[in-house]
Amino acid sequence: MTESTTVQILLWAVLPYVTIAVFAVGMIWRYRYDKFGWTTRSSQLYERNLIRIASPLFHIGILAVVIGHVIGLVIPEQWTGWAPEAAYHAMAVVLGVIAGVCTLTGIVLLIYRRRTVGPVFSATTKNDKFMYVFLVAAICLGLVTTFYGSGIFGPAYNYRDTVAVWFRSIFYLNPQIQDMAESPASYQVHAIAGMLLFIIWPFTRLVHAFSAPLGYVFRPYVVYRDRGPHDPGSRPERRGWERVGR
Amino acid sequence: MRVMAQMGMVMNLDKCIGCHTCSVTCKQAWTNRAGVEYVWFNNVETRPGQGYPRTYQDQEKWKGGWVRTKRGRLKLRAGGRWQRLTQIFSNPKLPELDEYYEPWTYEYDNLISAPLGEDTPVARPKSLITGRPMKIEWSANWDDDLAGGPELAPQDPVLKKIKDEVGDRVKLEFEQAFMFYLPRICEHCLNPACVASCPSGAMYKRSEDGIVLVDQDSCRGWRMCVTGCPYKKVYFNHRTGKAEKCTLCYPRIEVGMPTVCSETCVGRLRYLGLFLYDADRVTEAAAVENEQDLYEAQLDLILDPHDPEVQAAALRDGIAPDWLEAAKNSPVYRLAKEYRVALPLHPEYRTMPMVWYIPPLSPIVDALRDTGNDAEDADNMFGAIQSLRIPVEYLAELFTAGDPGPVLQSLHTLAAMRSFMRDENLGGQPDESIPAAVGMTADEMFALYRLLAIAKYEDRYVIPEAHAEVGRQLEELGCSLDFEGGPGQYSSGTFGEASGRPTPVAVETFHALKQRQTTEGIVDVADADAKVNLLNWDGLGVPLGVPTVPPRSPESS
Ligand code: HEM
Ligand code: SF4
Ligand code: SF4
Repeated sequence: MTESTTVQILLWAVLPYVTIAVFAVGMIWRYRYDKFGWTTRSSQLYERNLIRIASPLFHIGILAVVIGHVIGLVIPEQWTGWAPEAAYHAMAVVLGVIAGVCTLTGIVLLIYRRRTVGPVFSATTKNDKFMYVFLVAAICLGLVTTFYGSGIFGPAYNYRDTVAVWFRSIFYLNPQIQDMAESPASYQVHAIAGMLLFIIWPFTRLVHAFSAPLGYVFRPYVVYRDRGPHDPGSRPERRGWERVGR
Repeated sequence: MRVMAQMGMVMNLDKCIGCHTCSVTCKQAWTNRAGVEYVWFNNVETRPGQGYPRTYQDQEKWKGGWVRTKRGRLKLRAGGRWQRLTQIFSNPKLPELDEYYEPWTYEYDNLISAPLGEDTPVARPKSLITGRPMKIEWSANWDDDLAGGPELAPQDPVLKKIKDEVGDRVKLEFEQAFMFYLPRICEHCLNPACVASCPSGAMYKRSEDGIVLVDQDSCRGWRMCVTGCPYKKVYFNHRTGKAEKCTLCYPRIEVGMPTVCSETCVGRLRYLGLFLYDADRVTEAAAVENEQDLYEAQLDLILDPHDPEVQAAALRDGIAPDWLEAAKNSPVYRLAKEYRVALPLHPEYRTMPMVWYIPPLSPIVDALRDTGNDAEDADNMFGAIQSLRIPVEYLAELFTAGDPGPVLQSLHTLAAMRSFMRDENLGGQPDESIPAAVGMTADEMFALYRLLAIAKYEDRYVIPEAHAEVGRQLEELGCSLDFEGGPGQYSSGTFGEASGRPTPVAVETFHALKQRQTTEGIVDVADADAKVNLLNWDGLGVPLGVPTVPPRSPESS
C-alpha cells in the first residue's frame, strides 16, 4: 500500500468530513435561524412560458441523476453481480447520458431565462449567481465523467471499483484514500466540485430540495391549527413570564 | 355535530360607492411592502367587468376551487394530490403578473433634475419590477365604472355565461348601463381550497375563529395555493418567495376591533360577527350534487345559536360563553340566515365562502325611476325586479350558481323594506301586508331596517375578544417588540432581503410610522430599509424614484 501525500489526505479524507459537517450544521442552523428564507423563491410569476419547459426538464433530470448516484455509489458492485456487466454498464451509460443532457439543457435554459427575462434578472441575487457557478460546474464535470467512463471515447472506466468504494468508506469512518487518488482526474475534479456544492448548499436556495412535500399525499385536505392551552406555541416561555395555574 | 365558530362578514352592496377607501387602507396596513406591490388583499371591482386578476372567475381557465367527482367526492379542480405534485416544478395554472398588473411608479426626479429646455419635463412611468420605463396598460381596476365598457366588459366571465343562455338581449340591457361594485377580500372559506392545495401544510384554518392564514415560516414557495383559490385571493410575494393573503386583520379581530376595510368603509356597509357551524358536515355539504343546492347546503351548516341543543353542543365543544353570546347577537347570522338577504359569492366553487353579499337593489330602483314610475312603491318594485331579467340573472350567477330564486327573495325583501319604511317615515299607517308579502312581520322589518339603514357601529360589529387564557398563543398578542434583535434592530438577514425572521406586522408598522413621523428631510433612497411607496407617502418618506431634495441650508432660505 502506497503512502498518501498530504494533499491526498486533505482532499479525500479531510474534505469529505468537512463537507458533511458544514452541510449538517449548516442545514440545522439555516432551519433554525432562517425558516422564513427557506423557499424555492419561485420566479414563475414573472415568466411562465420558458419555465414550463426548463424547470421540469432540469428537475426531472437532476432527480434522475441523484438516483443514479445512489445506485452507482451506494450499492456495492457485488450486489448487482447477477446482472451481466456489459448490460449494466450500457444501461447506466444510456440513462446517465439522457438524465445528464436533460439536466444540462434544463439548466442552460434556466440560466438563459434568468439572464434575458428582465424581471427574472432583477430578482436574481448574488447568492443565486454564486450557487449557479457551483451547480453548473458539478453538472458539467459529472457529464464529462460519464462520457469518459462510458467507453465511447476510449477505454471504459469502472468507477464502481474505486470511487464508489471510497465514497462508502467515508461513512464507515475509514476513508480509502488510495482508491480515490488512483482514479482518473475527471472523477477527482467532479468529486471535489460535488463536495463544494454540498458545502455551499445550506446557504443557498438549494435548501428547497430538502423540503420536497411528500407528506401532502397523506395528510387531510384541510388543516386546522388552534391555539389551545396545551399548544406551547413556537415561542419558548420567558423567565418571569411563566404561566400560572394549569 | 361538532360546533365551530367562524368570523364572517356581510357586505351590503347597495351602499358601495366604489370609492376604494377600503382597498387603500388595507394596502397601507398590509401590502405596502416590496414584493407585494401588485397585491390588493381587498379590491373593489366594477361588475360587469373582468375583475382582478383578469377573468379570475373563469375556472375552466384557472382551475380554482373544487369539483365533485362522479363518485360524489370532492377533488381540487386543478387535479388530485399526485397530479399536483408532478406539476410542482412549474405550475401550469399560475396567473402571470400581467394578469394582475405590472406595478409602477413615476420618475418624479426628472421633474426637477431635467436640464433647462424647450419641453416641460415629464415624470415617466417606471416599472417597480424591472425599474425600467414602461407603458401602463392595465391595473387592478382598469375597467372601473365600466371604463372601456364595450371592449372590456364583454370579457366578463359571468356575463359570458349568461350570454350563452339568453343571447343578445344581454347587449341590449347592458346598454341601459346596469352596474355595481363588488368589494372582495378572502372569503375565509369553511372548505378552503387554498389550504387543501398547499403541499407543505403551511396554510391553515384557525379552529377558534376560522380565519385562514399562511404560516410564513413553513411556506416553501410551491405556489399551489394561488391556483387553488378560485377567488384568487392568495398572492405570491415575489421578493420573499412566500404566499400571502388577507388575514381578516386578525390582530385587530383578536382584540375585538373590526378589520381595517370595515372600519374605514365610507358606506359603512360591512358587518362582522360570528357564525356557529357544524364542522362535521362541511365536506358533505360542499359535495351536494346540484350546484344550485349549494347555497341551501351552506345555510344549512350554519347553526342557530338560540337553539338550546346547539348551545349545549357549543359549550361542550369548547366555545366560550361570551362567544356564544356574541354568536346570538351576530349581525352576519341574522342577515344571512334569519332574513336571508345576504348571499355567498360563487357557492359553486364549493369552498363554502364566509363573506356574504346583500345584492344591490339600487340599479333596479334607478332603472324604475328612469321610466317615470314611483320607484319606492312596493308593487312597482316587485314588478321591476321581475322584468329586469338580465341583472337578476347576473346576480344569480354571482351568488347562487344561477338560481334566481334566492336573489329574487333577497331583492324583494329589500324592496319591501324600502317601501314599508317610506310609508312609516311619511307618517302613514304602516302597511302590514308589505312585510307579509315577503314572509316577515312588521317588527322584523324594523329590525332589518335598523341593521341595514341605521347601521350603528355596535350593531355592525359584534366581535368577541379572543380569550386571554389562550392569548399567549395568539400570533401577535403580547409584547411583539420583544423578539430577537429588539425594536429598531430590524433589517434583513444574511441571505438577502427576504431572509431571517420576518418582522411582525406590528413592529414593521411601528417603525415605518416612527420613521415617517421623525424624519427631518427626505429619506435616503439608497437606504435599503426605506420601505415607502406612493400609497403611504405623506411627503416625508420617499416613494421609490422620487427626488432627494437636500434640506435647505439656513443661508439660502
Ligand atoms: C426534490 C424535489 C425538488 C422540488 C419539489 C423542487 C422544486 C422547485 C421549484 C418549485 C422551483 C421554483 C421554480 C419556479 O421558479 O417557479 C425550483 C427551483 C429551482 N430548483 Fe428545485 N426542486 C427540487 C429539487 C432540486 C434539486 C435537487 C436541485 C439542484 C441540485 C434543484 C435546483 C433548483 C434550482 C437551481 C432552481 C432555480 C431555477 C431558476 O433559475 O429559477 N431543485 N425547484
Ligand atoms: S377565498 Fe380565502 S379561504 Fe377561500 S380558498 Fe381563497 S384564499 Fe382560501
Ligand atoms: S370603502 Fe366601502 S364604499 Fe368605499 S369601495 Fe370600499 S366597500 Fe365600497
